[in-house]
Amino acid sequence: MSTITPAAARLPTSRHRADRLGDRVLVGLTLAASLGAVAVMGLLIYQLIDGASSSISTFGFGFLWHSTWNPATSPGVANANIFGAGTLIFGTVVTSAISLLIAVPLGVAIGVYLSLLAPGRVGAVIGPLVELLAAIPSVILGLWGILVLAPVMHSTIEPALHDVLGFIPIFGAPSASGLGVFTAGVVLAIMVLPIIASISRDLFLSVPSELKDGALALGATRWEMIRGVVLDSTRAGLAAATILGLSRALGEAIAVTQLMGAGSLVSRNLFTTGDSLASRLAEQVTNAQTSQQLAALFFCAVVLLGMELVVNLGAQLIVHRVERRQGLGH
Amino acid sequence: MSMSALDPARPLTSAGGNLRRRRRVDLVMRAIATAAAAVAVAILAIVIVSVASKGGSQLSISFLTKDPAQGLGTVGGGIASAIVGSALIVAVATAMALPIGVLIAIYLTEFSKPRTARPIRLALDLLNGMPSIVIALFVYGLLVKGHQQTGFAASFALAIIMVPLLARTTQEMLLLVPRELRDASHALGISRWRTIVGIVLPGALGGILTGTVLAIARAAGETAPMLLLCSIFSTSTTIDVFGTALPNIPYIIFQDSESGFPADYARAWGAALVLIAFILVGNLTARAMLARKRRLMSR
Repeated sequence: MSTITPAAARLPTSRHRADRLGDRVLVGLTLAASLGAVAVMGLLIYQLIDGASSSISTFGFGFLWHSTWNPATSPGVANANIFGAGTLIFGTVVTSAISLLIAVPLGVAIGVYLSLLAPGRVGAVIGPLVELLAAIPSVILGLWGILVLAPVMHSTIEPALHDVLGFIPIFGAPSASGLGVFTAGVVLAIMVLPIIASISRDLFLSVPSELKDGALALGATRWEMIRGVVLDSTRAGLAAATILGLSRALGEAIAVTQLMGAGSLVSRNLFTTGDSLASRLAEQVTNAQTSQQLAALFFCAVVLLGMELVVNLGAQLIVHRVERRQGLGH
Repeated sequence: MSMSALDPARPLTSAGGNLRRRRRVDLVMRAIATAAAAVAVAILAIVIVSVASKGGSQLSISFLTKDPAQGLGTVGGGIASAIVGSALIVAVATAMALPIGVLIAIYLTEFSKPRTARPIRLALDLLNGMPSIVIALFVYGLLVKGHQQTGFAASFALAIIMVPLLARTTQEMLLLVPRELRDASHALGISRWRTIVGIVLPGALGGILTGTVLAIARAAGETAPMLLLCSIFSTSTTIDVFGTALPNIPYIIFQDSESGFPADYARAWGAALVLIAFILVGNLTARAMLARKRRLMSR
């Protein structure tokens, strides 16, 4: 360095120093943002468990199956401030199950149509339209459900199901207004459908065309090719898609609140009102009367969070295993 | 499969009973798949037509420029304050989420090693799969419990919802920028940060914008955070995001859909039309931008 004249050396070194500093600042900023995301996730779990702690220590695991929900401000009431999420877990599971029973077969069929059957230009229009269904906010689907779907459910669909399948207890007497577990499940299915459809379309497109052509060349019909090659080789992916749909259905609060009618009983009949974990949160957090009630609501969120974590990690595990088996791991 | 029943000695040309049955099954199954796609499109059409027809009759200049009438079931008034409130809440959320999402994406594509990337990806995936009501309750415990509802609390929750979306789309766009550009820049002796800020980011700008539009469209319709964090408000227009809860469109729709009064239903439909129009325009614009970008890249 000493041989270079100072005037010539100053420019490169100051530039060099600025570059080194700039590199370090950018790495630092981006790392901080990334760690921030991890921290928010951690803080979220901590905050929910902390908010629920008094309820967790009072009710323990019994919270999961007891169905009393009795917020009370005056101490004289029987069972005052006893809480259990049994009814809510039941409602969450049943509505999600209804939505999957409808959306999975329908979504997979749409995936088959879009990836294998639709003529190019038709598919290019219908595919985005199906995805657009996912963009409609749940509050608007809920509004539509209350004012358009529920009356039809009440007047036509529920009586028809009751008449034909009434010997099965779940199709009991039709509801008074069309609002209830079944209607909520149907609207959830509309939300889950685009998720299943677009994932299964992508899955089916990823099946090597040699396999498809090979099956056709052996004399298989299109359906035999789809069943034997396409559906068979994407089973794991379809399971993951179903799980992602389930994850969406479990946590939906708004439309379910609007459509399920805030019932408080466990009933075999799908046409009665009910309530779910997420919708109980939506209804009661802002007007919780006691700290015990708020803690119980946080406990509900912890239960929901646990369900979501299990479901999401399950889907990731399946995807990982498939990727490893196919040697596509990133 | 039924193939095993086929007699290899028989000529292939005669369509036996078995083949006819297989063809019939094939036809039925394909018809079912086509019908399923038609059902999905029909549902979309029915929902949009319901909103457009019932909301369209509400829409007028005064609906967009007047504040909501006070009290349940009162006729008249518009949703001006809710439009202003929603716009502010989403704008503040975007201002927080966009830089963070882009920074995370830069870290994951340019700097991270597989070991450091994994926990970050996991956190983003978990946040992305988290129900918005759970995120809302988290922010409720963090900012609202013991204090009061504010527009900012809602913005904060929306930002948490937007960050994983923005990080993911930005990452995809950064990966689309050709390696050669980075290598060429390094070969010229340009430092990493100048390469990223001056070459990689501008190359991905269009895609980042598309992702931002999609994230905004998603956030604008989120109702659960509004319910917990921004639902107790006066109906007049205010811009005090940090001090009070602001009226907003999703909550107006929710509240009016639950009230049972015809006048409230009418306002809910009108607000739903405004919201859905905004979201559809956003989605279609983003799609058009993406399609154009793909065409340019594939050239």
